Amino acid sequence: MQAATMGRRSGSLRAERRWALWTAYVSLIIACVIFLMPPVYMLITSLKTNAEMANLQGNPWIVLNPTLEHYRAIVENPLFLTFFWNSIKVTVVTVILSMVISVLAAFALARMRFWGSQWLATGVFLTYLVPDTLLFIPLYQIVGGLGLLNNTWGLVLVYPTLTVPFCTWIMIGYFASIPKELDEAALIDGASWPQMLIKIFIPVALPGIIAATIFAFTVSWAAFVYPTAFITTPDQMPLTIGVVSTLVRGDTFAWGQIMAGALLAALPPVIVYAFLMDYYIAGLTAGATKG
Amino acid sequence: MANVSLRNLVKEYDGGVQAVKGINLDIQDHEFVVLVGPSGCGKTTTLRMIAGLEEITKGEVDIGGNVVNDVPPRDRDIAMVFQNYALYPHMSVYENMAFGLTLRKFARSEIDKRVKNAARILDIEPLLERKPKALSGGQRQRVAMGRAIVRDPKVFLFDEPLSNLDAKLRVQMRTEIKKVHQTVRTTTVYVTHDQVEAMTLADRVVVMNHGIIEQVGPPQELYHNPATRFVAGFIGSPAMNFLHARVENDAVHLTDGTVLPIPESRRARYANAVGKPLLFGIRPEHLTDHRPHLPGRADLIITPEVIEPMGMETMVHFHLGDARDCCARFEPTVHVEPNVPITLTVDMNNMHLLDEATGKVL
Repeated sequence: MQAATMGRRSGSLRAERRWALWTAYVSLIIACVIFLMPPVYMLITSLKTNAEMANLQGNPWIVLNPTLEHYRAIVENPLFLTFFWNSIKVTVVTVILSMVISVLAAFALARMRFWGSQWLATGVFLTYLVPDTLLFIPLYQIVGGLGLLNNTWGLVLVYPTLTVPFCTWIMIGYFASIPKELDEAALIDGASWPQMLIKIFIPVALPGIIAATIFAFTVSWAAFVYPTAFITTPDQMPLTIGVVSTLVRGDTFAWGQIMAGALLAALPPVIVYAFLMDYYIAGLTAGATKG
Repeated sequence: MANVSLRNLVKEYDGGVQAVKGINLDIQDHEFVVLVGPSGCGKTTTLRMIAGLEEITKGEVDIGGNVVNDVPPRDRDIAMVFQNYALYPHMSVYENMAFGLTLRKFARSEIDKRVKNAARILDIEPLLERKPKALSGGQRQRVAMGRAIVRDPKVFLFDEPLSNLDAKLRVQMRTEIKKVHQTVRTTTVYVTHDQVEAMTLADRVVVMNHGIIEQVGPPQELYHNPATRFVAGFIGSPAMNFLHARVENDAVHLTDGTVLPIPESRRARYANAVGKPLLFGIRPEHLTDHRPHLPGRADLIITPEVIEPMGMETMVHFHLGDARDCCARFEPTVHVEPNVPITLTVDMNNMHLLDEATGKVL
């Protein structure tokens, strides 16, 4: 009797599991199709000749005469290399700056109990909720006042307003998940606060730091509103606006090159994600179970 | 190596809660002192104040003749072993043990010598290149001890170091800790809630309760001459039996009419207790199977309710006086059956009488 009940129960469990798997597969496939459609369409378009693109008779999802001419045009365009270099410069400096600020801030907020630290931590997170479409107007005044309008260094100054709050938040969560005894052991072993940060916290929290770095990288690589507002000449433009502003002339869109340029611009974040995906997930979920 | 003195030590948390209420304690050089008591008795707080991890509200901590209230932990020359080991997860066993010495800028050869020596003492030489996550609980605890030993500090502090280990390993590590102390002889303050650990390890046991020290003394002293009801009940396993009683005509009268004559040697001691409400305290090991030749004994006939054979002894539970569950310790060879009356001997030379009002042992 008991065995029969157990058999039925495990049978229903298996059925439930199958149902859950099906639901998961179906929704994941739908999500993948929706999110992958634009890049796939971009890829297809970037491989078409201008004549084929202009031909409205054929199926837009099929390439009859694939060509790399748009890619060649982009890569051989010296402006594109300038955009690329500007993006790299701004992103690398922003990432370094953001990580230094957020690791130090998160360490202080997570570990050094001082008056108002809780409020400050909440405050840091709240600043993340202010969108860049709202911030760019006052920031324009500030960047202008510093004489950094139309200058990549102006971007380096404003991008951390997007990256630092979130990175700090991730790092607070990560540091909070490190047992308190570890700092106490280090204190007794003779470590100063900076030594504790460098020799214990940073190595232990490396997955969290990598997650925050990826985030900062993505945000500054893909930023669009700030460069649109602050940069006016092509020599200072990063990829995001450079591709759009130079390849759209009046109402003429060089679609093939726009698509090729956008795909090339999207490549670095994809490569970074592909290599560091595991760290990214581990970093985001740390602290979820404790603290 | 150093003496440690606590003078009128108070710890008050925000909101006025006093965790430690003005304790005084002198710990001698080379001594192994164990702070023991139930959760929330203030033992860990006291240890953390010695370590410098907790601010001192009032009073003084003195290590080696210097008041260290305002000295940061790293300059107190102490080493601490934590309950959850607190090993640095990204460092190998060797690096974990060497960390404190590296920070103090010791020569590499000296570090190597000390780490290898500590590893030999703790029998962890083959593990030096491993990371903590590749170690068992017992091995991690050894590494944590190794980290303390290499520093050769004035004082070792242990905060419930065996609580995370399983029962068998705990007994084994207890012996190891005692062996290490016999080798290195560093002054040690050890916190535990386990009275067996306290008794087996300590030169002197400090029993704490509600933020005060109930009694300080060598283990045997606490066992035979507890000062208060709390100590009498806390030290010893199974715990001492307590029964409401009065003293009249040189005998203890229990509430159910049982009369237990007081041995002559103890009569003068209890002369002032006549007529007062008292508690009669007797340990299970002093309630035994019938022993007709035991001096100062009283015999009772009891009806066992539950029998627990333990191998080397048999625990017998029964009703006596107003105690619903009295526990006696019988030789395993004696045949006992539930609900079959049997004669039991009370070793009155090991009895205790407590003033019910003050909880003090008379």
